[in-house]
Amino acid sequence: MQLTGTLFADASALYGNEISTFPDYPAEIRAPHGTVSGVSGFQVHIGSGEVNTPGDFCDVLVAMNPAALRANAKWAKPTATVIIDTDTFDEALIKRAGYATLDPVTELRIEDRNIIYSPITTLTKESLKDSGMDQKAIVRCKNMFTLGMCFYMFNRPLEYTYAYLEKKFKKKPALIEPNKKVLFDGFNYAANIQAIANTYTVKPAKQEKGLYRNISGNQATAWGLIAASEKSGRPLFCGSYPITPATAILEELAIHKNLGVKTLQAEDEIAGICTAIGAAYAGNFAVTTTSGPGLSLKSEALGLAMITELPLVLVDVQRSGPSTGIPTKTEQTDLAQALYGRNGECPIAVVAAHSPSHCFDAAFYAGKYAMEHMMPVILLTEGFLGNGSEPWRIPSMKDYPAIKPPIIDKCEDAFQPFARDPESFARKWAFPGKSGLEHRVGGLEKNTAGVISSDPENHAKMVAERAEKVARLANYLPEQKVIGDENADVLIVGWGGTFGHLYTALHELQGEGKSVALCHFDFINPLPKNTADIFARYKKIIVCELNSGQFADYLRARLPQFNYLQYNKVQGQPFIVKEIVDAVNAIL
Amino acid sequence: MKYTAQDFKSNQEVRWCPGCGDHAVLAAIHRALPVVCEQRGYSKERLVFISGIGCSSRLPYYMDTFGFHSIHGRATAISTGVKVANPDLSVWQACGDGDALAIGGNHFIHAIRRNIDINIILFNNQIYGLTKGQYSPTSKLGQITKTSPYGTVENPFTPGSLVLGARGTFFARSLDSELALNQEIFVAAASHDGCSVCEMLTNCVIFNDGAHSTISDREYRADRTIVLRHGEPMVFGKEKDKGLILENGKLKVVKIGEDGITVDKLLVHDAHAEDPAIQNQLINMKYPDYPVALGVIRQVSEPTYDDRVRDQLTQVKEASKITCMDELLRSGATWTVE
Repeated sequence: MQLTGTLFADASALYGNEISTFPDYPAEIRAPHGTVSGVSGFQVHIGSGEVNTPGDFCDVLVAMNPAALRANAKWAKPTATVIIDTDTFDEALIKRAGYATLDPVTELRIEDRNIIYSPITTLTKESLKDSGMDQKAIVRCKNMFTLGMCFYMFNRPLEYTYAYLEKKFKKKPALIEPNKKVLFDGFNYAANIQAIANTYTVKPAKQEKGLYRNISGNQATAWGLIAASEKSGRPLFCGSYPITPATAILEELAIHKNLGVKTLQAEDEIAGICTAIGAAYAGNFAVTTTSGPGLSLKSEALGLAMITELPLVLVDVQRSGPSTGIPTKTEQTDLAQALYGRNGECPIAVVAAHSPSHCFDAAFYAGKYAMEHMMPVILLTEGFLGNGSEPWRIPSMKDYPAIKPPIIDKCEDAFQPFARDPESFARKWAFPGKSGLEHRVGGLEKNTAGVISSDPENHAKMVAERAEKVARLANYLPEQKVIGDENADVLIVGWGGTFGHLYTALHELQGEGKSVALCHFDFINPLPKNTADIFARYKKIIVCELNSGQFADYLRARLPQFNYLQYNKVQGQPFIVKEIVDAVNAIL
Repeated sequence: MKYTAQDFKSNQEVRWCPGCGDHAVLAAIHRALPVVCEQRGYSKERLVFISGIGCSSRLPYYMDTFGFHSIHGRATAISTGVKVANPDLSVWQACGDGDALAIGGNHFIHAIRRNIDINIILFNNQIYGLTKGQYSPTSKLGQITKTSPYGTVENPFTPGSLVLGARGTFFARSLDSELALNQEIFVAAASHDGCSVCEMLTNCVIFNDGAHSTISDREYRADRTIVLRHGEPMVFGKEKDKGLILENGKLKVVKIGEDGITVDKLLVHDAHAEDPAIQNQLINMKYPDYPVALGVIRQVSEPTYDDRVRDQLTQVKEASKITCMDELLRSGATWTVE
């Protein structure tokens, strides 16, 4: 189903639609067949106008078995078309999906939807009976048959997918023609049964001119890091350990050795960050990528990167926690850990990405700030962003700023490792191999000269200077922007991957004539300098986030003069637009 | 440039306890490095010393080189990152038995498995010194310490066997006070392309005094240890009258001149043997049945991780059409909006 969804999304993007996708799959690789918890879903939203979320409710629901129908029927609009593979709706599978009766459609009260009962498995077998493939392989093609049906319903051209199949099965050419055939047969079947009274025509969106590509958040993160490496002239080193849903970043980086990227799949999360710290000391642009529990494991080493004042980007693709939690589901529940989760006084810069393609910029700037300010930076993305994708107008690297790390090549006097730039408070980066700059760094408190010191005043001074360095990053950040009315009744505040939903909710509320504005944060620690000025303009502030109020609590600590209302959701799922609209309406 | 030991001494005060075995190991490092630099053509700034946490991990502060005193157990991972990031550096690591084999055991075996070209000096005093006397993964079974007041109930690691088990390419062992031998070992470690592990049996005068004294006391040392050198017959003893032979696949101590044993009948040390079977027996020799083996016990040639990383980068670069970010951004499936 993931492949079917991806192919539909790609075909639509290529056709010129705005798209937003949300793959939602179980934690198990081969989840128990036919159970509700084992349903693998792929949500795709296409449009001629702006598309900022994967959508709340759907126009077409494809349910390949009773469990998939039970898990998703509630998302089908009253006018929706529901495609059901009747071959899978037998007594055993209906029972396994947990229905009380043998009539799922009535039981779910969706009998008034436009339901297309199709023997998809049988039709697929019929379509491929002369293909020479075995039964198991044939049945696997039923998703392609369904994709063909969807292509008819949405007037999608088949050619792009034909080309894709030719590329995908280049090494197994025997699979190319059968897949094309079953796609074509699905398309014709949907046309012939006329159960679909009208096909949907979603015209290409009016997009800004330019060259586009489809990009997922994890891929964009990897590319943003490579871009920062190129702009800084520092080779990229990534030390990481596989973990869902961050792994795709490591996988993507591993491909690009042609651009000098070194990836080390470490023996554990701790080695991931520690190899990166070693690489940073040796002069590389060092990165480590992880998700939830991996961030916990990296905490001690993050403190080491902070006290040694080495540049490092830690990407945390947040997932549902605590502990292993629900690994494949999305949340924003690592914020407090990113901000505070270390021993000692250990403030670290925290930035966030707000859409799949924005992960590119977020990663690029995380790298810029880490290297120019000589400190670790945590980039928070989310499973929703990492796995989700959207069309992206391809930027040009000449439009990105230079990255100039404070590298020192020689020193007349004795080198002082912790002497600081008077503006940014960044120290110099002196890699091994440079004569006359021999020095020692480490986890023990030092003085400016780099000598171990347990002197009370020195410790207080160093703690304050390291905190000040993070605080001064605010002088280099863009001003925080507000979307919507300057003096609205309500200011919606969000951060990270909820942007698409909050933005769409803002438009709906404005459409209802409501006086609202949206202030969405990419920079969390430090906050942009004009944050308090913005908050002061609004009577009511509602902080919406996918946790129990971690950003709201942080704002209360930083800017206690304001009152913060909250809307929170901790279900391992993204917001739906309607609940935001309702929450804001409730306080208006 | 020619260096002397003095060139590698930092201006920082050495803070180990008087009588600690670490002093002697440090002295051997200071003396070995001028030879290393001359043989390998290194200038001083190419040397980096990395450590974890523990008494011995203070060592980088006492070296006038680049240094990184990191966190407990993680020195091996930091060293790995330094070496992969810049393979031109000569990376040295100081770590203890608790540091490298308990909390850092995972990184230790994986660095060895990958054959990263770093030189690990493992200070084995069989005790946690900096936390004031708890048993370590190399403490003897039954040893009484602060956390084992009735004696430990767990078997210790034999670090050399661990190295072999992890596909190690270089293992040497010595006593802290063997200044000349230790210099020789460090020079050999530096000339080995791959992960070199040098186990130094060190004495903690405060918390585990005399841990190695049954073999290290001057009076008995020659009779209770054997110094192995590749290609030389395995002779030991104050009078050079004892040796080792292989009988039915097992090592056996023999007396030269008795039962027709002559030096040329003794086993000749083969550190370069890929099959580690005999090396493992040598590593596991324990007094009183055997002399304890010192010197370079294993040194075999295998490609290093850092070389393979570099080669792969070069190959992929040569084969790829994409040379910069702008090209990558425009590669693959794209479309134009007019």
